[in-house]
Amino acid sequence: MTQTNTVPQQSLTQKLANPTRFMQLSAKLMPWMAGAAVALILYALYLVFFVAPDDYQQGQTVKIMYIHVPAAWLGMMGYALIAISSFGYLVFRHPLADVSSKAAAPLGAAFAFLALATGSLWGKPMWGTYWVWDARLTSMLILLFLYFGLMALRSAIDDEALAGKLCAVLGLVGVTILPIIKFSVDWWNTLHQPASVIRMDGPTIHSDLLWPLVVSAIGFSLLFFALHMKGMRNEILRRRLRSLTMAEVDRARSVSAPAAAE
Amino acid sequence: MMDLGPHAAFIWASYAIYAVVLAGVIGWLVWDGARLKARLSDLEARGVSRRSRAAKEN
Repeated sequence: MTQTNTVPQQSLTQKLANPTRFMQLSAKLMPWMAGAAVALILYALYLVFFVAPDDYQQGQTVKIMYIHVPAAWLGMMGYALIAISSFGYLVFRHPLADVSSKAAAPLGAAFAFLALATGSLWGKPMWGTYWVWDARLTSMLILLFLYFGLMALRSAIDDEALAGKLCAVLGLVGVTILPIIKFSVDWWNTLHQPASVIRMDGPTIHSDLLWPLVVSAIGFSLLFFALHMKGMRNEILRRRLRSLTMAEVDRARSVSAPAAAE
Repeated sequence: MMDLGPHAAFIWASYAIYAVVLAGVIGWLVWDGARLKARLSDLEARGVSRRSRAAKEN
């Protein structure tokens, strides 16, 4: 009876578990994503500055919304990506999960910072203040500190596996801030307005204002994923460099050891 | 220059911060990648290569 050794069918995540295959796939995908991101962002800027109408209350300052809102969404999505990667690392030991988590932190921090900065610049003309300890703003600030905590924890530990494990725990614990940010405007009496786009009963923004926002959000999301892929590629190269360097040290030690013994 | 009303400074400042931060992130990622590639090819020039590549070549 001939034994047919059938190769078990791999899932997508298993296929991507091989760094070399990920490098090949991302090398093809990344340019297209970056190109689409740039095209969409330029189109959004055209819509924002030449097509979209002013807001009847906020006038032209509504133009800040088109970058503030995507930054807030991506700041939060970044941490959700870290939490998923952390789960993949702790539970499934996926070899690229920690790489993904490490690459997402600086990007999420950048967008969280941009959400706070543009929100503050929007708040001064509209609310009369750059900052208020409002539940939405404060919880977003905590998210930014969580990002900084993740990056600091990562760089404080030399042992890569241990750093990955501890960051994964912080990634999973810290994700609880996301529902707090999302529902802060409903739970507490906030100066920040309630949700106007992602709502059970549909957006409350007029389509003339909503369409440029959607284009901008998709453009910056593609940019986020293209940069995340680039960050992961860098991290894979960094780990290869580290293992090659250590291999070279071991080899040099083994060559010099017999000479010392004679 | 485009007239963005009485609060134009806040609008331009928001877009400027955005451009600076994103350019910084993109610049850092590109620079970091190039630096890592250069060091890796330097090691490989000295004959240090990964086991998987060495196995493939033998």
